[in-house]
Amino acid sequence: MEKFTTHTGIGVPLRQSNVDTDQIIPAVYLKRITRTGFEDALFSAWRKDPSFILNKEPFSAGSVLVAGPDFGTGSSREHAVWALKDYGFKAVLSSRFADIFRGNSGKQGLLAAELSQDDIELIWKELENAPGTEVTVDLVSKTVVCGNIVAPFEIDDYTRWRLLEGLDDIGLTLQHEADITAYEATRPSFKPKTLPARLSSAG
Amino acid sequence: MAKTLAEKVWDAHVVRKGDGDGANAQPDLLFIDLHLVHEVTSPQAFEGLRLAGRKLRRPDLTIATEDHNTPTLDIDKPIADLTSRTQIQTLRNNCAEFGVRLHSLGDAEQGIVHVVGPQLGLTQPGMTVVCGDSHTSTHGAFGALAMGIGTSEVEHVMATQTLSLKPFKTMAINVEGTLRPGVTAKDIILAVIAKIGTGGGQGYVLEYRGSAIRSLSMDARMTICNMSIEAGARAGMVAPDETTYAFMEGRPHAPQGADWDAAVEYWNTLRTDDDAVFDAQVDLDADTLEPFVTWGTNPGQGVSLSESVPSPEDFGDENAKAAAERALQYMGLEAGTPMKDIRVDTVFLGSCTNSRMEDLRAAADIIRGRQKDPNVRMLVVPGSARVRLEAEAEGLDRVFKDFGAEWRFAGCSMCLGMNPDQLEVGERCASTSNRNFEGRQGKGGRTHLVSPVVAAATAIRGTLSSPSDLDPAPESAAIRTDAA
Repeated sequence: MEKFTTHTGIGVPLRQSNVDTDQIIPAVYLKRITRTGFEDALFSAWRKDPSFILNKEPFSAGSVLVAGPDFGTGSSREHAVWALKDYGFKAVLSSRFADIFRGNSGKQGLLAAELSQDDIELIWKELENAPGTEVTVDLVSKTVVCGNIVAPFEIDDYTRWRLLEGLDDIGLTLQHEADITAYEATRPSFKPKTLPARLSSAG
Repeated sequence: MAKTLAEKVWDAHVVRKGDGDGANAQPDLLFIDLHLVHEVTSPQAFEGLRLAGRKLRRPDLTIATEDHNTPTLDIDKPIADLTSRTQIQTLRNNCAEFGVRLHSLGDAEQGIVHVVGPQLGLTQPGMTVVCGDSHTSTHGAFGALAMGIGTSEVEHVMATQTLSLKPFKTMAINVEGTLRPGVTAKDIILAVIAKIGTGGGQGYVLEYRGSAIRSLSMDARMTICNMSIEAGARAGMVAPDETTYAFMEGRPHAPQGADWDAAVEYWNTLRTDDDAVFDAQVDLDADTLEPFVTWGTNPGQGVSLSESVPSPEDFGDENAKAAAERALQYMGLEAGTPMKDIRVDTVFLGSCTNSRMEDLRAAADIIRGRQKDPNVRMLVVPGSARVRLEAEAEGLDRVFKDFGAEWRFAGCSMCLGMNPDQLEVGERCASTSNRNFEGRQGKGGRTHLVSPVVAAATAIRGTLSSPSDLDPAPESAAIRTDAA
């Protein structure tokens, strides 16, 4: 994973709560078996509307999405994160993220920064009054800067550390393989195994 | 120290405690007892293993099925859509390469991953269960800690059989009382979500408790736990009891003999201690609950079926007001319209929320001997091939077909419209599924989430209806078609 320390880019005000994963990427795009190439899928239903924010300049070149509360609710599809990244977003700011979306972001190097709703409102106003204003998201100091606004954001320390270092989760866990093996030896025999397969006798 | 059910299951799976305390705590490394896999969220994970030269650590704790992308018609023919076919074929290739047990289309154990696990007896109390699907919370009905994960985590579980997890907070959802006739588990969970909101459960594991929950069947408990994610919770649980054990006993992968006794002894410890403290509590009165239905575009936007479409002005919070305005526009609804005046085009009975035997039986009992509104199409999609076979053995397929409904093969189908089962632009659907998001069931489609019995009554009247709105069925209808 690429390291994330700080990013500056055009802020995109998305004044909407409950931006669910079906809006971020509809299910028809989930048939693909690749991990990249989802930029066309991002917000695909909304992008057909000429008045949608990403269809307006200079927002189409945005890289910091500023959204309403409960961003990323619904499905566990990591494709939502891939689509945001493939489009060019580096960070999403919201006052509340769905747990799975937040987790997926942390695995993929997309910064999900939690701000107070009051600060989100201030940033929305700034971005709407001065379209094209750049937003700086600094993971080292955990602050967002937009115009004259300086706002702190929350992110859990473990995810922050992993993002700053660009660490691979599986590699980290496999350092503790001996612990996993030791745990496996203690599992009771009544716990089920999928193999060998046992099937129902009834039809 | 006194513990909740969720904490007991958590503690029993810690491979390695995270370093540090409080806000600086590192996540714990938890062992995963069962990994369920399907075609949509696994290809990139298998590819990741392959690229890194890693093995699948525990094929014997992994099982795959085909569900999201599979057709529900003509399943003996090649899948028409090329990308769908490629994705299914990729799962088959990956399972063969990595030694994963797979139940493919046409297999008697194929079906929606969350129906298949419990049906095979692989989902058991006290387990940790994960799947690259948010509705993995379903398995919490057995007292398992079950959660949906993203594809990176799927790869992590494949490689290590563990997950790094930050501890959750715990929330008790107390549902006391007795449900009235025509009110079901689906109404309980829709009312809970309307009460706490789509973000209300965020960071929590919910434990559903109280007399109304204890009196529910396993199928009904699965319906409730299934939609925990719709309240933002990562997982939902019900403590195992005699109902759970009766469901488990004799299933293919349930413990047998001495193992069964040892398992029950352990399962009996999986209850929240009397003096354990939850981080939050929510109470719901089952006695006064009515059939519940959504009017908007998130599962928290619901009301009792006897109420009317709310006005955005009813909401104090600016974001909720804007969301309501947008939802009404998308749904093509006017504030103040009685919910029961809303006419639907389609009724969908299916999904991991409501596609098990109890759901099909409940709907069949309503429609038996009655006529479908001729302007409504109804799709009945059993949750698994096994459910379909069982339903056919009871003659339920005949009841649905005589009524004029389409009797399909198992899969996720119109719940998320990845396969050809989709709504048209502007088409309105009463759906027993779990999400009413914009475009979820097809671009421009409009979804009202309902219970199976409301779905059945709606198919008869053509407007959103509860069973109590129906005229008495003809006398002959009371006789069940046992001849089938």
